[in-house]
Amino acid sequence: MSATARLFWFASPQTFYPLAGTLARGFGAAAALLAAAGLYVGFLVAPTDAQQGEAYRIIFIHVPAAWMSMFLYLVMAGWAAIGLAFNTRLSAMMASAIAPTGALMTFLALWTGALWGKPTWGTYWVWDARLTSELILLFLYLGFMALQAAIDDPRRADRAGALLAIVGAVNVPIIYYSVQWWNTLHQGASVSLTRAPSMAATMLTGMLLMVFAFWFYCIAASLMRVRCIIRERA
Amino acid sequence: MSEFLAMGGYAWYVWGSYGVTFAALALEIFLLRKRSREAKA
Repeated sequence: MSATARLFWFASPQTFYPLAGTLARGFGAAAALLAAAGLYVGFLVAPTDAQQGEAYRIIFIHVPAAWMSMFLYLVMAGWAAIGLAFNTRLSAMMASAIAPTGALMTFLALWTGALWGKPTWGTYWVWDARLTSELILLFLYLGFMALQAAIDDPRRADRAGALLAIVGAVNVPIIYYSVQWWNTLHQGASVSLTRAPSMAATMLTGMLLMVFAFWFYCIAASLMRVRCIIRERA
Repeated sequence: MSEFLAMGGYAWYVWGSYGVTFAALALEIFLLRKRSREAKA
């Protein structure tokens, strides 16, 4: 079977269902192992930060949750767009399956950010560009879920949700670049592809382990949810 | 051990972050398992 034929083969919900189960178990197990390693490095190997003391250890869940909140939205909008363009059922189901996990990651980014902001900035919340745009991201996820839940016909719900998801995608680059475009309390990126990271090597190792743990967890949770959706719509 | 738990005076902020994160992920997995069982029924 050619690669394209295999892609179309698994684009059918019925054939994807068992594959999704196998993948969810694999990614879930990998996420647990990576999280154990990441927490070990993050709490027992990485040194105390010279400026922030132990409070900086929130980074090991804050940054992964924040990255996943934005990344999952783009993946969700991408699947929604494919579903809208090609009328493929599984793509729309994937978009619906990602939304609650994306909303959860957004909430966790805001929650851990608030608990990190208090000791470092002196406040749990400010209405600055980074925090406000991330809060809007949470409302976009919740709006997508509420809109889909309000429409009885799943195919119509998919199309309406897809439009909202695609239009809302404009918010993601706004979140990402907010720390450059506006004066904000939030610091700029500590890690980027274009220059060396501005943190100790063990801190970076712990953070990257946790990023992959969160990433694999989100894949596993989304695949578990898409299996539920496939069964419920069958 | 108590020194580790105290997190240099930042216990509420650090464990408040990790506790809620862990609880939220555990709740999501619980709800997914429940939904999966109901979908199969």
